[in-house]
Amino acid sequence: MPLIDTLFPLGITHYLIGGLFIGCAVSFLFVMTGLIGSMSTFFTSTLSYVSNWSYFQQDEIVSSRNWRLAYAVGLIVGAAVWLFTVGEPFQTTATWWQLALGGFIVGFGARLSNGCTSGHGICGIASLQLPSFLAVIIFLASAMVSAAVVKLLGGV
Amino acid sequence: MKMLSTLSVLVAGALFGFGLSYSSMIKPEIVLSFLRFEDFGLLWVLGAASLTTLVTYQLVPRLMSKPLLESVFRKHSSVMDKDTLLGAALFGIGWGFCGVCPGPAIAGLGAANWPMVITLMSIFAGAYLQGRLTKSKGSN
Repeated sequence: MPLIDTLFPLGITHYLIGGLFIGCAVSFLFVMTGLIGSMSTFFTSTLSYVSNWSYFQQDEIVSSRNWRLAYAVGLIVGAAVWLFTVGEPFQTTATWWQLALGGFIVGFGARLSNGCTSGHGICGIASLQLPSFLAVIIFLASAMVSAAVVKLLGGV
Repeated sequence: MKMLSTLSVLVAGALFGFGLSYSSMIKPEIVLSFLRFEDFGLLWVLGAASLTTLVTYQLVPRLMSKPLLESVFRKHSSVMDKDTLLGAALFGIGWGFCGVCPGPAIAGLGAANWPMVITLMSIFAGAYLQGRLTKSKGSN
């Protein structure tokens, strides 16, 4: 299957299984607690522990900060389980300026948009939200441009 | 929140973190190879995750009157406005620049991918600036 090999040089199975795990994670959270398992609000809600600025102290932010923190801790635990079972250690070779500048824009943009790859991409699509569909198309497009530019600049 | 609910949140987070790691989404190099049309595997991850969640979000509230441990099913609501779309464009620029989105930045710590500390701190800084520039919509 040359076309499959060209499109997916590293195979398909691990992508599919990993994606199913993520879908089961968000589904499990919903069935047990009714919560929507998106990720980026974690950063704003965790800032509410340390900043008194009114935006961070809104009820809907403060009331979700504990479970969002627990969710993030779970994420770290899950990745550690992977590392100690089937995973192999690795360090990214991405440059520090890529990680720093990219991360900053990710944080600003995801919170302005009120969603990231999990918020709009998984939870938004699964909720059949038109703005989320549009957001996904927009961020995929701008990310493709940005990934090309960063390579020209000498990034990984 | 009940103890059991917190435990469920932890388990859900762990499944999520395992899935992100297993699918290699915690490796910026893999994400960047998707964004450069070299390996389209990310579409399987996003597809499998959103389809599974789609079935759950659409069916479960029809079959159960409330979640097992809490009282209401929350809804994901996104708003069609300038912020949502402009924010998405910015988010994409950042994501394409570093190959890391919020979930993998957090999970990267568990996988001992230490440069993710830089990304995590930067995401916090970006989220902080966004919050400081935004008037609160709530009662406070």
